[in-house]
Amino acid sequence: MHGRSRPKSFYVLGAFFILFVLFLYGPMSTIFILSFQGPEGGLTFPMRGVSLNWFRNLTEKQMVGDFAGSFARSFALGVIVMLCTVAISLAGGLAFRHRFRGSGVIFYLAIASLIVPSILVSLGIGLQFRIIGWDTTWYGSGLGAHLTWTLPFGLLIMFAIFNRFNKSYEEAARDLGASPWQVIQHVVIPIILPSLIGIALFGLTLSYDEFARTLMTAGTDNTLPLEIYAMTTNVTTPVLYALGSVTSAFSFVIIVLALGAVTFVRWRRARHGSDAGRGV
Amino acid sequence: MEPGRAGSLRGHLPMQAKSYIPYLQVAPLAFVFGAFLVIPILTIVVVSFWDYDFARIIPDFVLTNYRELLGSPVTLRTYLNTLRYAAIVWVATLAIGFTVAYFLAFHVRSDTWQTACFLICTVPFLTSNIIRMISWIPFLGRNGLLNSALVGAGIVDHPLEFLLFSDFAVVLAFVHLYTLFMIVPIFNSMMRIDRSLIEAAYDGGANGLQVLTNVIIPLCKPGIAIGSIFVVTLVMGDFVTVRFMSGGQSASVGLMMANAISLLQYPAAAANAVILLIVVLLMVGAMMRIVDIRKEL
Repeated sequence: MHGRSRPKSFYVLGAFFILFVLFLYGPMSTIFILSFQGPEGGLTFPMRGVSLNWFRNLTEKQMVGDFAGSFARSFALGVIVMLCTVAISLAGGLAFRHRFRGSGVIFYLAIASLIVPSILVSLGIGLQFRIIGWDTTWYGSGLGAHLTWTLPFGLLIMFAIFNRFNKSYEEAARDLGASPWQVIQHVVIPIILPSLIGIALFGLTLSYDEFARTLMTAGTDNTLPLEIYAMTTNVTTPVLYALGSVTSAFSFVIIVLALGAVTFVRWRRARHGSDAGRGV
Repeated sequence: MEPGRAGSLRGHLPMQAKSYIPYLQVAPLAFVFGAFLVIPILTIVVVSFWDYDFARIIPDFVLTNYRELLGSPVTLRTYLNTLRYAAIVWVATLAIGFTVAYFLAFHVRSDTWQTACFLICTVPFLTSNIIRMISWIPFLGRNGLLNSALVGAGIVDHPLEFLLFSDFAVVLAFVHLYTLFMIVPIFNSMMRIDRSLIEAAYDGGANGLQVLTNVIIPLCKPGIAIGSIFVVTLVMGDFVTVRFMSGGQSASVGLMMANAISLLQYPAAAANAVILLIVVLLMVGAMMRIVDIRKEL
């Protein structure tokens, strides 16, 4: 492949890729534009003036239900899910480097958790809490439901990381007298930090946008996706698009921050060399 | 440090003396899957045999939920419709996903560009599915962009009605939402292919098509299988996309369950859930025969 000039297929496939990207982003950019509709405008083009009217509407509680509250809940839940996902997948990933009884069962449970339809998880947890007589809450049953979705992704990423992990760094640390905990803290975690940030990003955004698994598990207080879903059935103004633009923009900011963090870690490493094993 | 100590540390401590450590490490994971996956599914199975009236679920052992479900022609039709969606979406996402992954893996040469293109594909996936569905309305609607363009260009003389709130819209939204799940695993498989195999095939006189069908596709099978499992299970369980994009005109198994849930007919929904789970597991089992997922990690 090297050294040859680009074949004709490159341009055909390149054009296909560009079409695919347009397909991904085209519709989203239309709602972004339409959220700046004038006060008289509707759900479709043409634009009737340009205004921030619909964004302002978002802050008025009676117009769209409890947007601020549901956003706060979704964000808090996302952060909790993110922290749990990183910690639990890291611990699980470390466990899977050893042989232990039941590892096959846990592995297949993780796969099952990915492929069991979300509405089934939602229904099951809802029924389970109802039978026990506990209230479903976004920070209890909701948290558990979200973790069944984020943990398999976290664990699979951990597997990929540890398969590529060079164990001689750890052995070197052990030979120098580091305790197992020191090895993890000063060698393993610094080396895999960029991937841990990736898992955190996955955990946060998967939870922040999760709808089906929240449906029967969130209790009386709506999370943002539930709020948006409710809005789609009874709101017929561009305020819906404004909400879509704001929440998408929020997701983009999170992604940029995470990528920035990864780039920063890599840059520092390239500049100073790896700080793994320095015991700082 | 005395030489003996390092040896004993390496030889014994991580593997034998602390053999309980992996169990501690995996305990939180096991707890979450046990409490929020295994027990809920067992609950569904149990409740599917319970009785219910308009407001309560009543512990019992009855087969009425299954009898009503399996005896109704609506069930069969709904399952067939859902399978039809799954089949169409699978073909479309596979074709698009394979092509995009192929382009990224074999034609984009620099690592930076590869990462950048990959991120471009991934970013929309990280925003809400519902928002991404809503975004089709101004595009496909009766007075939407596409219809305006078609009418304006004189291709059709009145707006096409089938674009929004139709099976077409449902499939389009599925493809929009889930193609990424096909791209990632196939791309992953392609990146593992030893490039010298491809060189060797060319040197042996194979043409581009032969390399594709005899080298690349066979070596991508695991990625294709994993992507297919994702897409098929997501489509089989979906209810939001079908409700939203069909405008309530089409049915799917997930939607049937969601409707039963909203009517508080939990045992009926549970029976349907059990059947759906069996169907999904059979499909996944068939796909797993093609590939040992555990080997792929």
